[in-house]
Amino acid sequence: MEAVPSFFETHSPSRYKGVWSWLLTMDHKRIGIMYLFSILFWFLLAVLLGGMIRLELMFIGQTFMSAEVYNSVFTLHGVIMIFLFIIPALPAIFGNFFLPIQIGTDDVFFPKLNLLSWYLYMAGGLIAIVSLFSEGFPDTGWTFYVPFSISTRTNVSTAVFAAFVLGMASMLTGLNFITTIHRMRHRDMGWMQIPLFTWSLYATSWVQLLATPVVSITLLLVIIERYFNVGLFDPAKGGDPILYQHLFWMYSHPAVYIMILPGMGVISEIIPVFARKSIFGYKAIVASSMAIAIAGSLVWAHHMYTSGMSDTAVFVFSLLTFVVAIPSAIKVFSWVSTLYKGSILMTPPLFLALCFIYLFSVGGLTGLVLGAAGTDIHVHDTHFVVSHFHFTMFGGTGFAFFAALHYWWPKMFGRMYDFKKAYIGAILLTGGFMFHYVPMFILGLQGMPRRYFDYLPQYEKGNFFAGFGAAFMIIGVFLMIINLWLSLKNQRDVSSDPWGGTTLEWQTPSPPALYNFITEPVVPDYPYDFSGVVERYSKDDKGE
Amino acid sequence: MEKTHHSHYLEYRTLFSIFLLLLMFTGITVGVSYIDLGVFNVWISLLIASVKGSLVLLFFMHMKYEGRALIFSFLGTIFFLFIMISFTFWDVSFR
Repeated sequence: MEAVPSFFETHSPSRYKGVWSWLLTMDHKRIGIMYLFSILFWFLLAVLLGGMIRLELMFIGQTFMSAEVYNSVFTLHGVIMIFLFIIPALPAIFGNFFLPIQIGTDDVFFPKLNLLSWYLYMAGGLIAIVSLFSEGFPDTGWTFYVPFSISTRTNVSTAVFAAFVLGMASMLTGLNFITTIHRMRHRDMGWMQIPLFTWSLYATSWVQLLATPVVSITLLLVIIERYFNVGLFDPAKGGDPILYQHLFWMYSHPAVYIMILPGMGVISEIIPVFARKSIFGYKAIVASSMAIAIAGSLVWAHHMYTSGMSDTAVFVFSLLTFVVAIPSAIKVFSWVSTLYKGSILMTPPLFLALCFIYLFSVGGLTGLVLGAAGTDIHVHDTHFVVSHFHFTMFGGTGFAFFAALHYWWPKMFGRMYDFKKAYIGAILLTGGFMFHYVPMFILGLQGMPRRYFDYLPQYEKGNFFAGFGAAFMIIGVFLMIINLWLSLKNQRDVSSDPWGGTTLEWQTPSPPALYNFITEPVVPDYPYDFSGVVERYSKDDKGE
Repeated sequence: MEKTHHSHYLEYRTLFSIFLLLLMFTGITVGVSYIDLGVFNVWISLLIASVKGSLVLLFFMHMKYEGRALIFSFLGTIFFLFIMISFTFWDVSFR
């Protein structure tokens, strides 16, 4: 199996060589790799911007940047992290690479559309860069709230247009994935044989397809308001500023499920493999993915309790928010139950997945504090919200991203990385994370607002600790990425199935061939049956 | 994997009948706008527009002949659009 040329050595279309074989490729794996490097660039840039924010806040008063620059830095950090990293990261990189393989096919349904999505992503990123160097950095925060986004003199229109273009890339990827899952599954693969990562991408794709057009139109309305002053959000002209918030959160709350659902899919893949045990509650996890996608689309206004929205709406949206906690909890309990009495093999991906479960649980539970209208009024727009958001999005999706990177790296590149460095990086990241965000919960409860350049003396200690933790986090992130990069230079080839996985990607060579499978894949009756794997490893242990 | 669906060819007579129906509904929309029915004017206009939209989708866009997956997907989309619009208006009406 290992002798077959990999997709790195075989071009598609074959007439293109060198850099053109990448820039004009139709191969879903190459497109996934291109996404990997472009997304990593933006991620590391946004990490450094985040570090600058925390460094500025470590000490009271101005530390090393002005208030105006600070406003732009947190806006850039948010816009890049949300639109250029966390929304596309898991679907665009790992979804592109592994979705067709996990369902036993050779590519996505629309390969050219797939490449177009990558170009739209790159175009969106370039437009975002352009927005920085003309008319001043945008300073609205990533939410672009009116009336400030309409009245500020900074270059909001270009930044908003960048988000619009990135939204198109996201929608096209979603459309591609839904069609691929419906039309290109292996003929022996029924719906209840689809791996959970692919199921999570299916649920995510629907949210991408249904919710993204709403924000795209809303962002265009901001541009129209800035240039033509129609008055859509201006009460003096019969408009409604709260309408903007409704339209924005109609997408942007479901968007957090676009971010977290694929992460949950990754964890559902990793946990059973390293517990050597069938996933607990496969059907419940599938149902909870769809339930999160549906219920998560009905709770957007829980971001708006203090906006002046009606009390009736506050009550109903609060109730619906609590409903979303149920499917999320089903997943967490299923993962923990899978680990129970398993033959656990500790590896860096499992370590990161376990960190995910802990951090995401804290993020989810603190979400209930914010979902309940009474407590939300107290902590709204404080550091508590920032901390909750980062616990779910970084502790959740961010850790799932690193877990996925360490889990599938040997399959994508055919190289194994150094475990020790990976563990040190992951421990620094997790320890730094706690130092970084736990003080922010306390600061928020004490009343420190978010997005403020300066603060009262009683908040200094918490901010100092948070900055201290940020330094460890940044070192951890860079160490993990450098470690993975170094693995490309070593000669430690890996087998087709280094972890003992059961889903179809482990039936392909590492890295896979151009059309993925060398021989017809054998679709198991149940995707997480580890009886064969346990038997194989016990034979290895006995030296048979 | 799901079965592939064959293309459907509709007779010109059917298509023309649908076209005439759409014209008729347009006429009704215009006619109703001249009658003062209070708040119901908007609802009737929306109802007629929905019927016209459904006819276009069912016949001109062949939704009537598609498999369950596509019909379910389409209805799901409509359901979400309904939720998004109605929840927003519902907030306004209770303010």
